[in-house]
Amino acid sequence: MNDNDRSGMTLIVKTVTRLTLGFILIYGIYIGMIGHSSPGGGFAGGVIIALSLVHIMLAFGRDAALRRIHRGTLRVLTGLGALVFLYIVLCNPNTALGRIALPICEMLIVGAGLFAIFVALVLLSKGHRDSE
Amino acid sequence: MLEIHLILLFMIAAAIIAVEVRDMLSSVVAVGAVGIGLSLAFLVLKAPDLAIMQLVVEILSLIILVRATSHRDLPFSASGRWVFNTVSTISFILIFLACAYISLLNLPVFGAPQLRELSKFYIDEARTLTATENIVESIALRFRAYDSLGEATAIVVATIGVLAIARRVSIKGKADDER
Repeated sequence: MNDNDRSGMTLIVKTVTRLTLGFILIYGIYIGMIGHSSPGGGFAGGVIIALSLVHIMLAFGRDAALRRIHRGTLRVLTGLGALVFLYIVLCNPNTALGRIALPICEMLIVGAGLFAIFVALVLLSKGHRDSE
Repeated sequence: MLEIHLILLFMIAAAIIAVEVRDMLSSVVAVGAVGIGLSLAFLVLKAPDLAIMQLVVEILSLIILVRATSHRDLPFSASGRWVFNTVSTISFILIFLACAYISLLNLPVFGAPQLRELSKFYIDEARTLTATENIVESIALRFRAYDSLGEATAIVVATIGVLAIARRVSIKGKADDER
């Protein structure tokens, strides 16, 4: 990780982000996967994953975050999750595939979709500031 | 039920502050206080699923709002077109009250659901039919999978809308700078 340039926040924030990022991601995936047996569910897990990506973006700046996660990848993940979700629900949600895949798809849709919205808004405000 | 009343009073006060305060950032913070109060209310009412979801959604929306409002104060225009504004506000309130009256007449009494057999079926058979222990999740993702489909569709449509509107260059112009 070579993110020690001037963009983003201070070195303290970057170091703490580097330490905690994996734990936040794992916790989001955990919340999403155990939704059937305890409080939680795909939606909350997806939002936590999106929050961890937003965390990278706030700490390291926009360019470092977009170098790691491409915008096209976010769109592909959201669309893929939506298509698989539609397929499972329209066919039969009560199969083994549905039980495993529905929370994962919801996690994908929510996580990638919300982060894509955040990226688009940030880029839009940057563009306005550059053009003014 | 004292806690829930205290939380509701706190949320109402925070909402009024959010509307009345002049500074944008203070208003955003007050909106965040309303969301945290709602999360606490869910927790008091023994719905930890919704409490977790409300908490994380609140944090995400707060980050987006702070990011959007921290650098500038949006201009607030209160002058001009006051006739149109007043008429449209009053007519909106009247239409809202009429619709609320009609729909409240048709609601079942609180605590006496009409589909009692259906809820009993859900509670009795959820564990054996869907092999899940969390009954909320089993209803949301198994019995009512179409509801979840609608929810996911709403998120996908919102994402597509934001991505379509918030692009820098139009489709016909030069290509969007993909990274």
